[in-house]
Amino acid sequence: MSEGHMRPMLIRKAYREGEAPSKEAAEPFSWAEVGRELGIAPGSAVNMAWLAVDRHAASELADKPAFRFVAEDGRRSEISYRELARLTDRFGNALKALGVQKGDCVFVLCGRRCELYVAVLGALKIGAVVSPLFPAFGPEPVRNRVAQAGGKLLVTTAGVYRRKVQAIRGELSSLRHVVLIDDLGGGPLPETFDWQTLLATASDVPALVPTTADDPALLHFTSGTTGAPKGALHVHGAVLMHYATARWALDLRPDDVFWCTADPGWVTGMSYGILAPLVVGVTSVVDEAEFDAVRWVSTLEDEGVNVWYTAPTALRMLIKAGPALFAGHAFPALRFIASVGEPLNAEVVWWGMETFGRPIHDTWWQTETGGIMVANAAADDIKPGSMGRPLPGIVAHVVRHRAGEPVQVIDIPDTVGELALEVGWPSMFRAYLGQPERYRECFAGNLYLSGDLVRCDADGCFWFVGRGDDVIKSAGHLIGPFEVESVLTEHPAVAEVGVIGKPDLLAGATIKAFVTLKRDRVPSEALRADLLAHARRRLGAAIAPKEIAFVECLPHTRSGKIMRRLLKARELGLPEGDSSTLE
Amino acid sequence: MPLDQEQIRATMLNIIKTLAPETDTGNIVPDLPLRKQIELDSMDWLNVLEAIRERIGVDVPETDYGKLGTLDSIVTYLASRLAES
Repeated sequence: MSEGHMRPMLIRKAYREGEAPSKEAAEPFSWAEVGRELGIAPGSAVNMAWLAVDRHAASELADKPAFRFVAEDGRRSEISYRELARLTDRFGNALKALGVQKGDCVFVLCGRRCELYVAVLGALKIGAVVSPLFPAFGPEPVRNRVAQAGGKLLVTTAGVYRRKVQAIRGELSSLRHVVLIDDLGGGPLPETFDWQTLLATASDVPALVPTTADDPALLHFTSGTTGAPKGALHVHGAVLMHYATARWALDLRPDDVFWCTADPGWVTGMSYGILAPLVVGVTSVVDEAEFDAVRWVSTLEDEGVNVWYTAPTALRMLIKAGPALFAGHAFPALRFIASVGEPLNAEVVWWGMETFGRPIHDTWWQTETGGIMVANAAADDIKPGSMGRPLPGIVAHVVRHRAGEPVQVIDIPDTVGELALEVGWPSMFRAYLGQPERYRECFAGNLYLSGDLVRCDADGCFWFVGRGDDVIKSAGHLIGPFEVESVLTEHPAVAEVGVIGKPDLLAGATIKAFVTLKRDRVPSEALRADLLAHARRRLGAAIAPKEIAFVECLPHTRSGKIMRRLLKARELGLPEGDSSTLE
Repeated sequence: MPLDQEQIRATMLNIIKTLAPETDTGNIVPDLPLRKQIELDSMDWLNVLEAIRERIGVDVPETDYGKLGTLDSIVTYLASRLAES
């Protein structure tokens, strides 16, 4: 790709016969119109799971596969909309029998297997609030999130339960029940319910509990610079956004085979791995295995994927494997590729053109926005490296946002500022659970302040510049330095910790911890290994640092806060900037 | 002399212990999928491959990752690659 500098700045779309995307939403745009397409009148009942599953189960789509699971050993199994409706009714009824009520929080913690999807949709059906946890979390992130939300019930596998939950079960005082999927074949464990038994004995009458567009549905934890992770609460009405953006940003059509590679433990895997494709009525491919370059190429080819939504880290790993990986493979079905999680560099967009004859469409959104906000839409030409334009119904601005000053919209093109969105889209988060102050801080007037720094060019295309805070994006996951620092500080040898994202070609950033030791302790390789083991055991591989450095001291502000930015500047050998607030 | 199978196995366990020191390598069942038994995310796995390149001298192409499922299969694969070279 050495000739990259010769490439034009624009990819003009040329579509094959019959492939051109329909031009977007009707003008003038209204969310009520989107609602009408789904049969939702203003003020009427709205339930995500009903719209995603039951609506199709009662239509000519009933016997169409909703999901096609590809197991680790390559075996495939499908579940139809009709069967999914039946199983989710059973699970919903089982939850009711266990005393779970509308508004109660149900956690799920397991790999991408059929039961996970049934659990999420069954719980949504009865108005419970679903909070997904990433299976690579260690016990501490699990404990923190379940405790914050007052989780009533947890669905997990026997394997995960033994490794991550059993030892902390006593600390989870709100948790009344644990439902176990017996993946080890070892039979029931004490103080748990067996998934199979529960479903076999549950009624399959409709389980639906009436909900409105404003009733809470999903709780996604996300990380901030300071404090514990924040639980962003989303409502059933968000489904309008999932439905609309699936078509506008992902060009998803009812006859498509769709593959969203994100895990439902994160917001992408929930909004676009479960809800959006079901509401549109497509068949989704779910790969139960972890990333593997060869396997992914086969999945794209063999499953006849039409629309593929993935992440820059995965794409960069495929690029790293070299063109030989794709030799002898063809992807005639693949029509649209999109990416999310971190900025997509122009090289990757061009690689898509060279490898698949298709560009890769970057999209931008956050846990808080609940759905795609800014995207390179199917009908639009692409400026490689840009995250695109705001979707219909979304009004985005670049603003100047400094502590103690009023927020000001910047009208001059190509000026860097914070990305802000006018409130009012249906999937906007409605609270940070139990933290009203932090929620209020996200808004100025009618603007939601994203914390992402961007610029907007004269054509209205947005370009990502960086984060306005110390939150780390690693392999598409948002990681709060505070959560990592807190766990490392628990180690008896540790005095203080500062955590940064160290730039990485594949993952965007990896977690690096700078550690000062207590007076009587000396750095050693054995201690480093002990700290790393402690962090990985408590936090899990996804959040634990990949690198630990012992330092004599850490830079502080006058008020005593660790200056992570300065640590990062030193790590990168950059000028350290204004150090006037240093100790 | 290239490393023999036992030396490769010992080096592999050492690599795992370095990158994921919480692992009790004595509990690894050699003929069961490795990544089911220990927690290695995809970045950890790339670091394992990098360490294999540095310490065992074998550059594993992505197309061969499927041959690295279990500890036994890793050892067999690396031994045959070393024998070829």
